[in-house]
Formats: sequence, structure tokens, C-alpha cells
Amino acid sequence: MKAAVILFPGSNREGDAARALKQTTGRQPDIVWHADHDLPAGTDLVVLPGGFSYGDYLRCGAIAGRAPIMDAVRRHAAAGGYVLGICNGFQILCESGLLPGVLMRNANLHFVCKMQHLRVERAAAPFTSAYKSGEVIKVCIAHGEGNYEADDATIETIEKDGRVAFRYCDENGLLGGAANPNGSRNDIAGIYSERFNVLGLMPHPENLIDPMVGGVDGRGMFASLAAAAG
Amino acid sequence: MKARVVVTLKNGVLDPQGKAIEGALRSLGVEGVASVRQGKVFDVEIEGQDKAAASASLQAACEKLLANTVIENFKIDLG
Repeated sequence: MKAAVILFPGSNREGDAARALKQTTGRQPDIVWHADHDLPAGTDLVVLPGGFSYGDYLRCGAIAGRAPIMDAVRRHAAAGGYVLGICNGFQILCESGLLPGVLMRNANLHFVCKMQHLRVERAAAPFTSAYKSGEVIKVCIAHGEGNYEADDATIETIEKDGRVAFRYCDENGLLGGAANPNGSRNDIAGIYSERFNVLGLMPHPENLIDPMVGGVDGRGMFASLAAAAG
Repeated sequence: MKARVVVTLKNGVLDPQGKAIEGALRSLGVEGVASVRQGKVFDVEIEGQDKAAASASLQAACEKLLANTVIENFKIDLG
């Protein structure tokens, strides 16, 4: 799998994403500058990494969502290519129109940085085939604006079409209450595009690939993508 | 030409920052505040004096960048 990690001014997790890709797929991804107009030829997967692109000015992800490279990312997605937006990358996907809805300030106003359980809602997708539907995984979250919100019609469509990728839950897979760290509608932690080739999620699977740092539950996502992209 | 763009959250969109400000005003003893919604103000200097063209540019600016119309409304004031 040939991957490209987009670097915006203020991205800070591009190294983590690149390391996760290298460790799980054996291939070093390209790092692509936001002002470029094209992705490297043959790119299978585009990763929009976490961080604080443009210092979260205006709205988080708003300015990066309109960067020159995003036209190329939109073309890539329209052609069925895989796009993975993690944390700030999820915010950028929403702002760029590649995913519906918006990430708002956490309901309790706190920046949350901790380990978090997620329920894999759907294994039948190129990002999650290495997991089982309903499986509970433990990854980490680190965000101040991860409170997913969309209008009722959009939420209904996403739910009806099975486009919720992950929900926040407790260690037993139970939803709601304290298991939801940010007030997200329907405990949504990540969603797919209509064609399931674009995934945005707030948690950081790229940080859970090495047992030395607390677990390997994030590996499955990259293994799934590598299997799907070949 | 000077213009002011005001971006506000749509009705029904939860505004945790506004709620926090509301709570802070209450704890400061400011009376009579029923609720607070936080928004943004942009003061924009437009080249030339053509009001219709300025209005069109500002409309585009709001739709493309200044407001996220999923959750926000905008109002353009051309002085």
C-alpha cells in the first residue's frame, strides 16, 4: 500500500501516522506538503494527521480544509481512493465537505487526553476488516473539539446507512454516560463517507501500534487498509 | 469600504462556550442575563466603492470560509 501523509502548518501527528504505517505495512509513506496540488502517483491511502492546523484559527480544520492539496484529496476520494482523517484530520474532512457534520467544542469544555474504549460498529469496511463487529478496542483520545454534531436528517442518514465507524463506550462496550468523553451525538467517534472509502475519527489508532506504549489495538486499522489496498 | 460580518450559531446548536460565559456572568452577580450565545465578528475592508460587488464578494467569503453553514448563520453589514 502506498500512503501519503499530508502535512499542514500546525500538524503534529504526522510522524506518528508515518511510523504506524511503516510498522504495519513495511512501507514508508510520502509526506506531502499542503500547498502541493497533486498527490504522488499511485497513492492508495491519504492520511490527514492530527494536530492543530493553522492553530485552529477561525474554526478547527477550516483553513486546512481549503488548502490547495485538498482539491487533489477530493479527486482521490471521488475516484474511490482511501482517505483517513485522524483527530484534526477528521475536523478537516468535515470542513472540506468530504464528510458531513462538524466537530464542536467538547460539551464539558475540557481538553481530554486519555485512554478510551471504542466499539467497532462495522467490520465490513476497508478500514476495519481486521476487527470484529461489536469488538471493543482501547485507543487514546486527545482533543478539545471532538463533539460530533450534525442536523437530525444527517444523523438519521448516517445511522440508517451504517456509516458510524466507531462509538465511544466503556470497557464492556456499554454506551452513554461517562463513557462519552465529549458529548458527541449518538456517542459517535468516527464516521464513513457514503462509499465507505473516507473515514474520519477523533481517537488516535496510530498511537496504539507498539506494546511499549500501552497497546496494539490500533494496528488493525492499518492492517485492514493494507489488505484492502494490496 | 468597510464591512462587518457577524457569524452566529444557528438556533438549536448547543453552545458550550456561551453556556460557560452565562454561568460566569451569574457567578459574578450580573443580574438579568437569561442566556448567552457566542459568535464572531469580522471587520473587512473592501477595495473600491461598488456596493453590489462588495456584497457579492462578502457573500462568497461567508459561504466559502467565514461561516460553517452546517451550524452557523452569517449577516453582512455594509455600513
